[in-house]
Amino acid sequence: MRLSLTSRLSVISALLPALMVMLVVYIGATSWTAWMSLTNSRMLPNNNFVGFRQYELLLTNDRWLTSVHNVIIYGVLFVSLALLIGFLLAVAIDQRVRAEDTIRSIYLYPYAMSFVVTGLVWQWLLNPTLGIQHVLRSWGFAGATFDWIVRPETAIYCLVIAGVWQASGLVMAIMLAGLRGVDDEIWKAARVDGLPKWRVYISIVIPMMGASFATAAVLLSTAVVRLYDLSVSMTNGGPGIASEVPAKFVMDHLFERANIGLATAAATTMLITVIAVVAPYLYWRARKGEVR
Amino acid sequence: MQRSNVDITNLQIGFGGLKVLENLNLHVDASEFLVLLGPSGCGKSTLLNAIAGLIDVKGGEIRIGDRDVTWAEPKDRGIAMVFQSYALYPRMSVRKNLSFGLKVARTPQDEIDSRVGEAAKMLRLTELLDRRPSELSGGQRQRVAIGRALVRHAGVYLFDEPLSNLDAQLRAELRVEIKRLHARLGATMIYVTHDQIEALTLADRIAVMQGGVIQQLDTPKKIYREPANRFVASFVGSPAMNFIRGRIARDGGLAFIAGDARFDLNGYAFRTPPSDAPAVLGIRPEHIEVIGSDHPSAVPARVEMVEPMGADALIWCRLADGTAFSFRSDADAQARAGDTLALRFPAEAFSLFDDQSGQRL
Ligand SMILES: Nc1ncnc2c1ncn2[C@@H]1O[C@H](COP(=O)(O)OP(=O)(O)O)[C@@H](O)[C@H]1O
Ligand SMILES: [Mg+2]
Repeated sequence: MRLSLTSRLSVISALLPALMVMLVVYIGATSWTAWMSLTNSRMLPNNNFVGFRQYELLLTNDRWLTSVHNVIIYGVLFVSLALLIGFLLAVAIDQRVRAEDTIRSIYLYPYAMSFVVTGLVWQWLLNPTLGIQHVLRSWGFAGATFDWIVRPETAIYCLVIAGVWQASGLVMAIMLAGLRGVDDEIWKAARVDGLPKWRVYISIVIPMMGASFATAAVLLSTAVVRLYDLSVSMTNGGPGIASEVPAKFVMDHLFERANIGLATAAATTMLITVIAVVAPYLYWRARKGEVR
Repeated sequence: MQRSNVDITNLQIGFGGLKVLENLNLHVDASEFLVLLGPSGCGKSTLLNAIAGLIDVKGGEIRIGDRDVTWAEPKDRGIAMVFQSYALYPRMSVRKNLSFGLKVARTPQDEIDSRVGEAAKMLRLTELLDRRPSELSGGQRQRVAIGRALVRHAGVYLFDEPLSNLDAQLRAELRVEIKRLHARLGATMIYVTHDQIEALTLADRIAVMQGGVIQQLDTPKKIYREPANRFVASFVGSPAMNFIRGRIARDGGLAFIAGDARFDLNGYAFRTPPSDAPAVLGIRPEHIEVIGSDHPSAVPARVEMVEPMGADALIWCRLADGTAFSFRSDADAQARAGDTLALRFPAEAFSLFDDQSGQRL
């Protein structure tokens, strides 16, 4: 397509604001962050170059190491459980149940809540003196114990529970669209072949739903990297530092602990990790010619 | 290989309040090739799915191989089915597509291998066994789908418009292949299509359906030559049968009168004794001939358009009363638009229908 000079100019001027935002906010801010991580900035940014000193400090920082450990546990469990539960919910709805629309809305409802609200709700539910444990005991199960949220070794799993509860509905919606994409005649062919339903799901339908699983996994993974508000509102990183996560580490060091150098080193580490994971995947997709 | 007959009595099927089939009866002989022909939405797939056991029936009985299977699961009916969309398992190789059902049914491996090998050879799939369906052309995919049916060694093979998604040339090729397969296996086959050419070329018998009712069940030849009503007459045959409205008159020799034109009915095999009444005369384009204008039964017509069709030409004319019709003539016919021709309408080739009911007279 050939455009006249004036219309080309108008195209460029229309795109310019977006381009500027892109350059200044993303590239600019990212580069500034990376540069700050090589300085000894504390409360205010400065340009005193200290090499990789901040990174060395980071690797010996207990709170950072706990955060990384936590986000790995959270990431693996959250993504796999949300995929599993979301898929099972979608399969349940796909059995042509009545009131499908209502059920679907109910499942999707948690996703409409912010992480802060989700965190608060689950903080109450899991609080031993207010929530599930209290209710069970008041019903007469005297020995009932559900105090994960106040125990350092299990606090992170409480974040997983809340996160999965919030995200499963979205995964269900994505999976349901994938399931509905399976041709009715494939189901008929499978019935004529005498395949039991579960066998059809496992051997035929799931392999057909690669795109749905990939979409859901990508969405869930970005939620893992951004994990912050849930930790703040549910446990505020506690007990102690037991449920700290990397994004919270960055925020706290930027604003409360006035350690810009260490915070930006942590942020840059997160960015590099994400790139290291995503780049090979994108490359592989491009090679397969599946980038859409 | 067993060959089952199929008996359907008083079959009733509906979806919610909509009645699709009502009191339908159909008998299919063992080894017969029966085609269900009809426009889309007439209930062909519904009937086929009911035979396969893929939808529940409201009433009636279905017997396959003299066994009542009305409530049996599809896998227990001794049937196999081929679908319009192929319905292959997309992430499995061709070999896996053919063998998966047998494997789940715990067929011994050497039996599976021999059946898959046999079907692959019959359908020229041997080279393709390790490919995925996405790596195959439409025709190859449909052959795989047929292969998946063959390995079941079923008593009845059901086809639901298996060629509709293919282009014209492939369709013609696969049609021949299916016919050959039937000749070779001698299996019972029930084949759904809306394409009358497919029906005429493949079938031992055709059941023409409309609105959930079988309009006529007969050999292709009878269906073509002696359609039982106007629907069958107009649905089968291409170019389509001509219809001329008029009335039957018995004064001065039996004849059909349309305006000034008079068609001699001597030689027409009436099913019921003729009476003076309005009627519709049907005649196929290939049965009308040009004759000398001095011939006593010649009917004059004005040529409106000549449509060359390669091997022959279709000549569109109008009778004196304005009724349009067409006839076939050889490709180098001299007729021009505006000419007046003398034509012969042979009574043996007529199909007369009651004006009201549309039934054959
Ligand atoms: N699952 C269904 N639910 C409701 N109506 C249906 C269903 N399947 C078919 N029908 C209706 O039944 C009629 C016959 O359909 P079908 O047997 O598919 O026609 P054909 O195969 O001859 O084109 C149509 O009017 C169609 O709308
Ligand atoms: Mg159909």
